[in-house]
Amino acid sequence: MKESLRALWHDVGSSLRDLAPIIIVIAGFQVLVLGQPLATLAPLARGAVFVVAGLTFFVYGLKLALFPVGESVAHSLASKGSVRWLFIFAFMLGFGTTFAEPALIAVANEAAQVAAREGALRAGDTALADYAFGLRLTVAISVGLALVLGVLRIVTGWSLPAMIITGYLLVVVVTLFAPEEIVGIAYDSGGVTTSTVTVPLVAALGIGLASSLRDRNPMLDGFGLIAFASLLPIIFVMGYGMLYTWN
Amino acid sequence: MELILDTLRTLARTAIDVVPVVLFIGAFQMIVLRRPLSNPLQLLSGFILVVIGLGLFLVGLEQALFPLGRLMAEQLTHPELIGQAGDTLDLQWHDYHWLYLFALAIGFSTTIAEPALLAVAMKANEVSGGAISVRGLRVAVAMGVAIGVTAGCLRIVTGTPLHYFIVGGYLVVVLQTAFAPKLIVPLAYDSGGVTTSTVTVPLVMALGLGLAQAVPGRSPLLDGFGLVASACLFPIISVLAYAQLSAWRAQRARRRARIPVSVSSQEEDNHAL
Repeated sequence: MKESLRALWHDVGSSLRDLAPIIIVIAGFQVLVLGQPLATLAPLARGAVFVVAGLTFFVYGLKLALFPVGESVAHSLASKGSVRWLFIFAFMLGFGTTFAEPALIAVANEAAQVAAREGALRAGDTALADYAFGLRLTVAISVGLALVLGVLRIVTGWSLPAMIITGYLLVVVVTLFAPEEIVGIAYDSGGVTTSTVTVPLVAALGIGLASSLRDRNPMLDGFGLIAFASLLPIIFVMGYGMLYTWN
Repeated sequence: MELILDTLRTLARTAIDVVPVVLFIGAFQMIVLRRPLSNPLQLLSGFILVVIGLGLFLVGLEQALFPLGRLMAEQLTHPELIGQAGDTLDLQWHDYHWLYLFALAIGFSTTIAEPALLAVAMKANEVSGGAISVRGLRVAVAMGVAIGVTAGCLRIVTGTPLHYFIVGGYLVVVLQTAFAPKLIVPLAYDSGGVTTSTVTVPLVMALGLGLAQAVPGRSPLLDGFGLVASACLFPIISVLAYAQLSAWRAQRARRRARIPVSVSSQEEDNHAL
């Protein structure tokens, strides 16, 4: 009990560290440049407390529940050498962690609201919720596929730069055909997916897999999963935008 | 009262989101690995904490991070701060210098403090046998994010289409990949995604959307997004540049150590050129 309290306290510390630079920079600008203390300080402070508490519980819960299971499954699959299940696991891992990613939930809602305000979306709460849900689903599927691709690359030893540059080319080509208003959201969704939840698990999967395979260099082959996970959503979300306007 | 209701509603929605993930992990454990869950009580309490945490975070996001980003965008583009009261149509891109300074500061500080980046940098240091220094990599990534956010703000102010900007960045990455030491390339590609934490993304996003609303002639839908994308792209460039710089320095030091002009060092010179 005492130990878990200490672990929880440690997570409070790291959540605060996430937020501290933002608070310091914004406070510095408020005092030095803008010369006015924030008028709406009370709700902002209350919100910041919610952010810290929420992030703390979230990460602590993940450490209790998801990380041990994820790591042990990744490890036993990597050493057992069942490639098919490894792919299925990689897909579900990417899909699951992305679908529950707080930043993605927030961004999808915001994107839907902006789209509705600008008239690119039918008004009404259900249309809004549908759009946001579809966006999240698209991103989650694409991150799942990205991890499958990444694992496939580690197993086969294909060249990462060649695959990434092909991905860039695809992004450029799809951009030409995508509706203008989805492009920004699509490009941003690449960066959104790979934050607090996904990175530790994905890094563990990649480096563990590369270390357990013979003649694979963890430095060369272990990294690179996250690169796929931030590239594929761009292409898929643009595809989602095309389908959405088409309908 | 409304806050409590809002929190409860968010909690309920979050629970619905998380349940499929739980079911999947349980099913996977039982069917594929044919192993019973090792500690069901720990798992259950973990998932309850995940739901509570996610719910609280989302409420806090609406209350603090989004408003803060929007507020900063509004204040930093206010005509009074820029020193041109009244006529806002005359503003040039260089009038927004405080905004650029803020973007630099927020990009650098959030990245340098990012725990995920520290973990990756330590791993890279270990795997590369000390060739990649922990601090050097962290500074390289943080500078990349700072430049990325600033360049993204500049783009919103000038209204350049996002894809020109991103495609240009891709071209630089492709060129650099051809010349950078091979070992760093996968790490550099990853460093873009690693840096943008769950706290930073919503704030930066709100900053961009607020900016597109405040700068005359910009549309939030067409111009407001893209800050996160450029914050992810520039670290790739800066990490590759950092690796190229260290390789170049190491090569020069090696050449200095061998003062007499031998055939082999001349060859190396040719190679370097």
